[in-house]
Amino acid sequence: MPKRVGIEVSLAASEAACAADTDVVAAYPITPQTHIVEHLSELVADGKLDAEFVPVESEHSAMSVCVGSSAAGARTFTATSSQGLALMHEILFIAPALRTPIVMVVANRALSGPISIWNDHSDIMAERDVGWIQTFAENGQEVFDLIIHAFRVAEDPEVLLPIMVNLDGFTLSHVIEPIEMLSASEVKRYLKPYKPQMVLDPKKPVTMGPVGMPEVYTEAKRQIEALLQGSKKVVVKAWKEFAKHYGRTYKPIETYRMKGAEVVLLTMGSVSETAMTAVDRMWDKGMRVGLLRFRLWRPFPLQEFRRAMRGVKVLAVMDRAISYGGLGGPVFTEVRSALYGTFEQPQVFGFVAGLGGRDITVDMFEEMVKKAIRYAKRGKGPTYEMIGVRER
Amino acid sequence: MAKVDAIIGWRNLEIGCAITEPGSSRKLRTGDWRSQRPVTDRKKCIKCGMCWIFCPDIVYSPLRSGFYKWDGEYCKGCGICAHECPKDAITMVTEGD
Repeated sequence: MPKRVGIEVSLAASEAACAADTDVVAAYPITPQTHIVEHLSELVADGKLDAEFVPVESEHSAMSVCVGSSAAGARTFTATSSQGLALMHEILFIAPALRTPIVMVVANRALSGPISIWNDHSDIMAERDVGWIQTFAENGQEVFDLIIHAFRVAEDPEVLLPIMVNLDGFTLSHVIEPIEMLSASEVKRYLKPYKPQMVLDPKKPVTMGPVGMPEVYTEAKRQIEALLQGSKKVVVKAWKEFAKHYGRTYKPIETYRMKGAEVVLLTMGSVSETAMTAVDRMWDKGMRVGLLRFRLWRPFPLQEFRRAMRGVKVLAVMDRAISYGGLGGPVFTEVRSALYGTFEQPQVFGFVAGLGGRDITVDMFEEMVKKAIRYAKRGKGPTYEMIGVRER
Repeated sequence: MAKVDAIIGWRNLEIGCAITEPGSSRKLRTGDWRSQRPVTDRKKCIKCGMCWIFCPDIVYSPLRSGFYKWDGEYCKGCGICAHECPKDAITMVTEGD
């Protein structure tokens, strides 16, 4: 049985990449991801991880090195945050297109401006459509486990796509939690060595990343879309295998006190633990409120979500990112679209909260739920609204 | 990726659309991009080989006679050869005329 240790979640993330026997780490430090790559460079320098640590000059280079090293057949890990993720943007599309199974941790942080080092989901939501598998962790144990899981899924010959494991900057990355750390030998039972299917090798030269003429570009996009959609079954299977090995069970969607719930609160990431407290308090007051959290965000777990929403009359969706000039937060618009045309379609209301490190309290969750109930009774409400914003 | 070879379904693409055979650009017959073709007047040609040197698509090849053979399968009709020819021996002629 692995030992439970008190450890900062960032360090646990590095230890997970170390236990997975990563071959190459190319990263540039950025708050609040810094401790992750700092500790990885220590692990490499101390000889605890036999890997190449490439200290690059920017995140654009970090992702470029990762694509190259993964194409050369190396198990590749990196981590970033906010502006760093934004700087990687153009290379992010290339990683899935070249089928490079990179694992990247994103310590979610707000995007400028104004400059903010604090937590929200605006960085990752801007990278929603880049073709990566995306998972969201709620706590430190989940961060460790999702990283191990990510390598297994990414490197599956049926997938060969990169994965981002999201964890909330500071509120998760910088807290010390009791975590069951798996050793390299324990991880080896679950995670087999990476066998690249297409590799850069002078003995058998190939050209990766040639131009895609109009005759082939559509087919190339179709293939990545099919692979990403198809990866869900591999994601789920790898979680089932994980449970067999280590006893912790993960699913694409996590629900809490949904039985008999009329109103459901939808969240992502670590704030869901505060939401659970809010849900408990509301049940004590006689309100029938459930909680639903996406662990898997890409590919979108449509069937699981629709199944979970059966019988729900009102859905309050909380976004931690704003979509300027749009119809609501990115999670809200997508979730509402997922429910459109379903039988017993619930009324869906969107709330944007917790931007740039603003605390989200138990009271705020209760406010969202009460507002959603009120709007539902009235039969109309604002398309979406911002919670906790000062008007004057 | 050659146009003639790219007419395949998405299921049959190589992993990452990689090119696994060397020299496959030969299959990309770029001649159909052309709207003009170069015509050499051998009376003016001094066999200097400037067309052969400057052609970005290696469309010209030397003949035993000293003249240069033009390959319409690959010539995109860019006109560099006509521009560089020191004797103005090459004329760009609109295709279809």
